[in-house]
Amino acid sequence: MRAVCWMGTEKMSVENVPDPTILNPRDAIVRITSTAICGSDLHLYGGYIPTMEQGDIVGHEFMGEVVEVGVGIKADKLKVGDRIVVPFTIACGRCFFCQRELWSCCDNSNPNYWIAEQMMGYSPSGLFGYSHMMGGYAGGQAQFARVPFADVGPIKIPQGLPDEKVLFLSDIFPTGYMGAVNCDIKPGDTVAIWGCGPVGQFAIRSAFMLGAERVIAIDRFPYRLRMAEEAGAETINYEEVDDVVEALKDMTANVGPDSCMDAVGMEAHGHGFVYLVDKIKQKTRIETDRPVVLRECIQACRKGGTVSVPGVYGGFDDMLPMGAFMNKALTMKTGQTHMMRYMKPLLERIERGDIDPSFVVSHRVPITKAPEMYQVFRNKEDRCTKVVLDPWTDGAMAA
Amino acid sequence: MSTAVNLQKQDVACDRAAAARRWGALLGGGALAVYGLTRRSLGGVVLAGAGGALAYSGARANSVPRQIAAHARVLLNCSPQDAYQFWRQFDNLPLFMTHLDAVTQTSDRSYRWEASLAGSRVTWEVDVISDRPNEGIAWRSAPGGVVTMEGTVEFRSAPDNRGTIVEGTSRYVPTAGSIGRGLAKLFGKVPEFLLLQDLRRFKALVETGEVPTIEGQSHGPRSMKIAVLRLADPKRPIRRESNLKELVRAMRRIA
Repeated sequence: MRAVCWMGTEKMSVENVPDPTILNPRDAIVRITSTAICGSDLHLYGGYIPTMEQGDIVGHEFMGEVVEVGVGIKADKLKVGDRIVVPFTIACGRCFFCQRELWSCCDNSNPNYWIAEQMMGYSPSGLFGYSHMMGGYAGGQAQFARVPFADVGPIKIPQGLPDEKVLFLSDIFPTGYMGAVNCDIKPGDTVAIWGCGPVGQFAIRSAFMLGAERVIAIDRFPYRLRMAEEAGAETINYEEVDDVVEALKDMTANVGPDSCMDAVGMEAHGHGFVYLVDKIKQKTRIETDRPVVLRECIQACRKGGTVSVPGVYGGFDDMLPMGAFMNKALTMKTGQTHMMRYMKPLLERIERGDIDPSFVVSHRVPITKAPEMYQVFRNKEDRCTKVVLDPWTDGAMAA
Repeated sequence: MSTAVNLQKQDVACDRAAAARRWGALLGGGALAVYGLTRRSLGGVVLAGAGGALAYSGARANSVPRQIAAHARVLLNCSPQDAYQFWRQFDNLPLFMTHLDAVTQTSDRSYRWEASLAGSRVTWEVDVISDRPNEGIAWRSAPGGVVTMEGTVEFRSAPDNRGTIVEGTSRYVPTAGSIGRGLAKLFGKVPEFLLLQDLRRFKALVETGEVPTIEGQSHGPRSMKIAVLRLADPKRPIRRESNLKELVRAMRRIA
C-alpha cells in the first residue's frame, strides 16, 4: 500500500510498504477513505519530536471502512463493513485511567512506555504515527491502517454523512472542544485563544457553544483571523500590536480574560530578544520547546482564571512566569485529548447541524502530494488551513 | 530460606571483592598509562601500553556478576483472585516472561522451564515452595540443575477498590560456562527493568487480554544503520535504548 513516511527532518515521502496485518486479538484493519495532515504533524516534519525513526508511517487523523477484525472483538462492538472514525489516542478501556475517562492516559496502550517514563515520569497512551516514545504505532496517512483496541476507540458513522463532515472527530474538533471545556467557561466569560489554526478554530466555536460571552482570537495571518471573525470572535493580529498582554488588558477593562488558551504549542512565533533566545536554544537542542504563547497566556490571564493548553509541548520549557502563575492563583488544564469523552456528543452536534467541521478544509489532494503539502501547510502558503488527503486517487483533484 | 540468605551474603562479599579488584586494575592501570605518556620516551611508551592493558582488563573484568536480583511492583485493575489465578497457571508465564519458551508441569508442585540461552536450549526444574491462594507464590530451581534461581510474587488489595498491587522478586545465580554468561547477558545489566517489563506485560494481559505491540507492523525504508544491524543478525530486535537513553539524559541535564 501507499503510505506517507517520515524519512528525516523536513523529509516526508510516499512509499510503497506492506499492507498492515492483525497483530493482536483486539486489532482491526481499516481501509482508509480520508486522512488529514494535523498541525501537530508539523512538529514531526520539523524534527522537534524525539524518537522518530526513518521509515515511520505518520498520520493520526483518519477514517474508513473496517476490512478485518481480530478474534478478540465482539460483533456488537465492531464488524467488517462498519464505517468508522479512528481517534488519534489509543486506549485499552480496562485500566485505572480508562475507567476514569482519562483515555489519553491509558496505562496499557504504549508498548514503549518506558521511553516516555524516562522523559515524563509516567507514560501517556499510545498515539498513531507520533514517535516511538508514544508507542511507535504506524499512522494513518496511508491506504490501510492497523487499529489496536479497535473495540474501544473508533466511533461508527452512519451512511449519508460525507467524510469531510466527520473526519475531524479523529482529533482537532474534540481537541478544540476539550480546550474550551478546560477553560471552565461561566456565563459572561471572556476567553482569549492564541492560535487560529484548525484547533483554534474549533476551540473558538466550542467556546461559544459552551456559553462564552466573548472570544478574543490571536494570530498573525489575516485569512485565519477572518475565519475567526466569521465565528463571532474579536481578533488581535499580534504583529500589529506592541504587546498582546496590554492589548488584552485594554479590551477587558483592565481585568484580563477569564481564561486563556494556548492552541499553538511548542513552535510558537513571536518577536524580541526572548524569542530569539528561544529559537537559538531550540535549534541547538538546549530547549525543546518555544513557549512564547504559554508565557503570554499566564501573564494575560485574570486573577483566579484558567489557562487551558491544547497546544502540544514536547519536552522542557524555559522562563515560564511561575511567579505570575502562583501569585495570581491560576489553574492550568491540559492533556492529550480524552477523545472518547467527546466523539459521540460532537457527532450528535454534527448530525443536528450545529456545526459543519468541513469549513476548515482549504486543500484536498491525492496522497501522492502529501510531501509538498507539508511544506505548504508549515509555511502557511496558499492560505492553507487544513489539508485532506485522498489515499486512493493519483491525479490532481479540485482544490 | 536461611540457606538462601547465606547464599546471598556470600555473593555480596564476592561482588565487593571483585569490584575492588576491578577498580584497582582500572585506576592503577590508568595512572600508569598517564605517567608513561608524560615521560615522552620509549620506556614511557611501554609503560603506558602496559598501564592501558591493565586498565582495559579492569574494565572488562567481572562481566559475569555473582548474582542478579530484582524487585518491582505494579498496580493491576483487577482483584487479587484474578491476578493470582492467571499467574498460578504456570504455563501462562511465557506469555509475559518473554525470556521463557515454555513451562510444563512435571509433578504436583514441579515444573520444567525452558529457555533459549546463548543459542542453546536450556531446561531446568522449578519447584513451587510456597503457594498461598490469592496472596502469593514462591518458587525455586531444583538443586543440581543448570540454572540456580528463585522468585516470588505477592498480591495485595490496593485501598478503595483500586485493584491489586503485584510485587515480584527474582534472583538468578549464574553458573560458570556459556549458560551462566547467557543469563548474565540477558539479565545482568538492567534486572529491575526486565522484571518490571515482565510485570507490565502481565498487567496488560490480565487487564486487556493482550500485550500491546508494534512488532511486525509495516514501515517505510529504514536507515542504512538499522538495515546493516538487521542483516548482521536478523533475529536481533533493533534496540533503540542506547540512542534514546543518551537523548533522555541530555534532556534531563537541560531540565
